[in-house]
Amino acid sequence: MALLEVRDLRVSFDTPDGTVRAVRGLSFDVEAGQTLAVVGESGSGKSVSTQTVTGLTRGATVSGTAYFDGTDLITADQSTLRHLRGARIGMIFQDPLSSLHPHYRIGWQIVEMIRAHDHVISKQAARKRAAELLTLVGIPRAEERIDDYPHQFSGGMRQRVMIAMAMALDPALLIADEPTTALDVTVQAQVLNVMRRLQQQFGTAIVLITHDLGVVAEMADEVVVMYAGTVMERAPRRDIFYRNHHPYTQGLLASLPTRSGERLTPIPGSPPSLISLPKGCPFASRCPHVFDKCRTEAPPLADIGPRHQSACWLPVQANEAIAS
Amino acid sequence: MSEVLLKVDNVYKEFPTHGKEVVHAVDGVSLEVFKGETLGLVGETGCGKSSLARCMAHLYDVTSGSVSFEGTEISTLSRRAMRPIRREIQVIFQDPYGSLNPRRRVGSIIGDPFAIHGIAFGNERKKKVQELMELVGLNPEHYNRFPAEFSGGQRQRIGVARALALRPKLIICDEPVSALDVSIQAQIINLLADLQRELDLTYVFISHDLSVVRHVSNRIAVMYLGRIAELAPTDELFGQTRHPYTRALLSALPVADPDTADSREQIILGGDIPAATNPPEGCRFHTRCPKARADCAITEPPLAAVLDDTDDHRTACLHPLTLGEDLSTAVPDLKAS
Repeated sequence: MALLEVRDLRVSFDTPDGTVRAVRGLSFDVEAGQTLAVVGESGSGKSVSTQTVTGLTRGATVSGTAYFDGTDLITADQSTLRHLRGARIGMIFQDPLSSLHPHYRIGWQIVEMIRAHDHVISKQAARKRAAELLTLVGIPRAEERIDDYPHQFSGGMRQRVMIAMAMALDPALLIADEPTTALDVTVQAQVLNVMRRLQQQFGTAIVLITHDLGVVAEMADEVVVMYAGTVMERAPRRDIFYRNHHPYTQGLLASLPTRSGERLTPIPGSPPSLISLPKGCPFASRCPHVFDKCRTEAPPLADIGPRHQSACWLPVQANEAIAS
Repeated sequence: MSEVLLKVDNVYKEFPTHGKEVVHAVDGVSLEVFKGETLGLVGETGCGKSSLARCMAHLYDVTSGSVSFEGTEISTLSRRAMRPIRREIQVIFQDPYGSLNPRRRVGSIIGDPFAIHGIAFGNERKKKVQELMELVGLNPEHYNRFPAEFSGGQRQRIGVARALALRPKLIICDEPVSALDVSIQAQIINLLADLQRELDLTYVFISHDLSVVRHVSNRIAVMYLGRIAELAPTDELFGQTRHPYTRALLSALPVADPDTADSREQIILGGDIPAATNPPEGCRFHTRCPKARADCAITEPPLAAVLDDTDDHRTACLHPLTLGEDLSTAVPDLKAS
């Protein structure tokens, strides 16, 4: 059994303009010690889905299940979730500054976090642990910097502090939502490296939410490609890049800038509104291979190979011929 | 394409802070922009690429040095004297949300340059604006819509249309695709390429995303802490990288190709970019450089051709990389020998 099993997750929000169906029947597994990358563009539902799983969406209508270690996170009460978040499930977000309190010293915030979950640890021991954690994520002179305030840290350093806090209680699962998007590329390389190292050392499973296919290629074991609130394709990393099936996955890869500077092949148009979704496949209006059935009936996520699924009506061989 | 359109000569741009310190945003930059080319400016946060671009368009006054456009010095011109040249140099900004007034109709936003310069009135202006909308792939019937009714990619097209209104010679694109999703980003990159060909435009293209800059540029200038570290034709910058910072930047760039990602040399730089209020002595990169030597902390290297490079490939480094040199195993040695 996988560490986290999400089945048929549906999340919608009521707004004055209508119901926004942000996630529509999402299923995925995260295996212990593995990295699952969830990739998609703005509004694909990639962040909402993990926020919902950890009980962080307010005012949403939610259905489906998300079993983590035998507990359904969707139906769990707040105190169970509060215990799991931090202790068993660590989380880091895109903007570390808004996740750290500006008025409190870095070390104090880590100590609070540890003591919130570990009621027997002494203040001194927690502080020692905080310094160890800062060293672990590569903050130089951790013993001194532990008494600094968040504004005294650079963006990359703050994101390391967030990773230190997320890893403080040795969680089984780390959810990283665009952890390096706000960082410069050399700093991003440092932070991804820290995440990779910690995963090897502690066997932490990682759910990595990103829009960056480069980061996916660097980090993922398995990949879920999301579009308009559903999964278009899921497969091991190499299959997504080299043996992909879904026209949306292909479109994303063809949109990337090339080394040679030859003309790009963008996906025409823009994603559908999540309030008034079209009948049939949500990608139909932008798909180069669209045919009648696509416009009337949404294709299910079907097995097309070992651990490889795609939500597309196109036959497997024919489509791969198109791709090559 | 050797005709110089814009020349930047030893430009400095400083900003005072609340304290006594000064931010050295641009710290002695010289370069030329040739007619018809795309010059990429790349670097990390705070390297001065946007400040330099704003100096180029004379949106900022330079602290010292000069900028000349088609042989005319523009960095000292008054607003009034700058006006005719404004028509020739336009800017496209990153944020397609922040740069369009939400309460004005798109037709009137795109028509702004005509209004400011007193060109074309009434129906003639409307016709010109609609031609522009068509040129950048917007539906001319959407003339009376508000920016909020357009998607991010379409808004960036509005920004492009506005920049094109006066048929400029030079367009400075400041992170024009950074806020866009990858599928939309490709649409705008293609649009800019088409327009360049059709209208004979010259671009200065600023981005922190090296893969985008590589795709669009003929030449690339890599900036670090207010100075140019390396300036070269695109193929040479990637094929025969001289500056250790350029190499580190290239190696840090995630590649959307698992085979390459698994096999390539990765250089993880230590530390952070130093503050631009107090840049390091000597070579500014020496505090993070994997192959820094004692002289790097003392002597500031000039931007010049190194080793057997020709003058179109300039590098500011005392110990430039030779072809095939492995930087991932290099160790800095700052002790004087």
